[in-house]
Amino acid sequence: MRAVVDPDVLARQAERRQVLGRWLAHGALGLGVLVFALPIWITLMGSTHDAATIGRGDVPLLPGGHALENYATALGQGGGRSMSTPVGGMLLNSAIMALLIVSGKIAISLLSAYAVVFFRFPGRMLAFWTIFLTLMLPVEVRIIPTYQVIVDLNLFNSFAGLSLPLIASATATLLFRQFFLTIPDEYVEAAKMDGAGPLRFFRDILLPLSVTNIAALGVILFIYGWNQYLWPLLIVNDRSMETIVVGLTKMIGNGDAQNEWNTIMATAVLAMMPPVLVVVLLQRWFIKGLTETEK
Amino acid sequence: MSTLNLSGITKSFGTTTVLHGIDLGVADGEMIVIVGASGCGKSTLLRIVAGLETPTTGHVAIAGREVTRLEPADRDIAMVFQNYALYPHMTVAQNMAYGLKIRGTPKEEIARRVAETATLLGIQPLLERKPRQLSGGQRQRVAMGRAIIREPKLFLFDEPLSNLDAKLRVQMRGEIRRLQQRLGVTSLYVTHDQVEAMTLGDRLVVMHQGRAAQVASPMEVWARPADTYVASFIGSPAMNLLEGWLAEDGAAVQLKAGPLLWFTDGPRPGGNGRPLTIGIRPEHVLREGGVPVDVELELVEPLGSETVLHGLLPGGETLTAKLPGMVPAVGSAMEMHLLAEAMHVFDASTGKRLEA
Repeated sequence: MRAVVDPDVLARQAERRQVLGRWLAHGALGLGVLVFALPIWITLMGSTHDAATIGRGDVPLLPGGHALENYATALGQGGGRSMSTPVGGMLLNSAIMALLIVSGKIAISLLSAYAVVFFRFPGRMLAFWTIFLTLMLPVEVRIIPTYQVIVDLNLFNSFAGLSLPLIASATATLLFRQFFLTIPDEYVEAAKMDGAGPLRFFRDILLPLSVTNIAALGVILFIYGWNQYLWPLLIVNDRSMETIVVGLTKMIGNGDAQNEWNTIMATAVLAMMPPVLVVVLLQRWFIKGLTETEK
Repeated sequence: MSTLNLSGITKSFGTTTVLHGIDLGVADGEMIVIVGASGCGKSTLLRIVAGLETPTTGHVAIAGREVTRLEPADRDIAMVFQNYALYPHMTVAQNMAYGLKIRGTPKEEIARRVAETATLLGIQPLLERKPRQLSGGQRQRVAMGRAIIREPKLFLFDEPLSNLDAKLRVQMRGEIRRLQQRLGVTSLYVTHDQVEAMTLGDRLVVMHQGRAAQVASPMEVWARPADTYVASFIGSPAMNLLEGWLAEDGAAVQLKAGPLLWFTDGPRPGGNGRPLTIGIRPEHVLREGGVPVDVELELVEPLGSETVLHGLLPGGETLTAKLPGMVPAVGSAMEMHLLAEAMHVFDASTGKRLEA
């Protein structure tokens, strides 16, 4: 026989467990935030001090008084040893490159997924598997032949050269293919009954249904494009075409000279802004696109 | 005049033949229900009429015009899909207007026809809603509206009620029938539900393994099923099919279960001993007034107004009876009576109906 336990005691125990659980959960979350946010906070604070403060080796955790001049220097004339490329121009270059990659990738992968899913043509599966196989060949692996092709096409030092090799995308095609496969055949048939041809169906029905997926993919691809380092480093040697990520690394000298950490940190903060902005603005759609299938 | 004529329609997918030559003529304004178990080819037949599939051989003519090789959009037809297939990103009004818009109908006319159709179906308050904000019955109406608005020569229904709950299904069934009669549009309706088939159709096409087993009015199909498949498919509970053989020089049948039943409508051809299948509907198994037979009761299902009894005959065949009112459980054995006038006679080997 079990002893009779006072229900009040049980209730108190349950409450204690719940409180403990809440504390544990919040503790873990707090730790996570610290790990992710502290470097960003240090960068942000670093960008508000003068070069000497950081140069001494202090890691300031509170804002200093030099924010305006640091950001003005970064935006206006650039920093570090290169001193020549203003951050404003590099931000613009990065934005153009990232947007070209996003729009190019989405356009190409939408169309190829549309073809692979909705049309029956000879070599359809071959086309699909060829696209699929390129997944195993990231830019870094095919970088030498790609470089050769771009140079032969006279696309060195151009936005086309920066973005084209990064546009062909198996990942996005696969993602759209999976999404298109979930679209019931009845929509296609209803559209046929309504007299919509393939292009009308694509424009009037498929595109509107894909909006959330396009937004989600757009966010991911923008960040992917923005963070490109190796390829822009290779294919551009004109300083006016330099992207922010490349420019930022070039600011950090590897010799004995004193790095202007304040300007570098200001630049880093500026370089983070556009992706953050894109995520914040498209966040609602982004989450919708990743979690929800509207039917 | 919008008639539909199918002649010699066959369809094969690879080596599998799903339709073995269907011929069907549908008169103007007639509602034909194609009914059959899943896999019988009924949906394929509908899709061939719609133009979503091409027949392997045979011809489809709508209103006297050969349309076998035409695109669905050029056939002047409209279809209601099982899951409605309403475009989720468009409002109800846009959904209904889409086909007209593509055909280049002037804006004012589209607006007028959307309003008219909405009034007809009682969905005016829903016009600005998206499909996901609608209930099942409302979606069903919108799907109907999208078909009606085009004023087609032919309506096609692909199991349009199977996604609704039982009560709504009965209600929408009535609405579809009233609407079809009011508009007088020739219709083809596919279902696996025999009640839907019986109540909706002017005529039924009972499909079995890619063939039309019987094409006739619902009452004809019920009263004189063409073969054992139709006999057991139409009617609920299903007809009892009992083994027997011809006796008394063709004037009666000797059931394996014991009793000898005399044909009331005349002798059947063939010599004594010809194997037969005898069909007796559960409604025609009575408590008295027929040919008595002993039944060992297995299961009693009281349904309120009637009671369904399942039992075993001498010889091991099962017998189902539907008796009016409540039947007290009277132990495991019971005498029941078979109504000889109401029996159906089929050839045992071909399953075809044998007339007197």
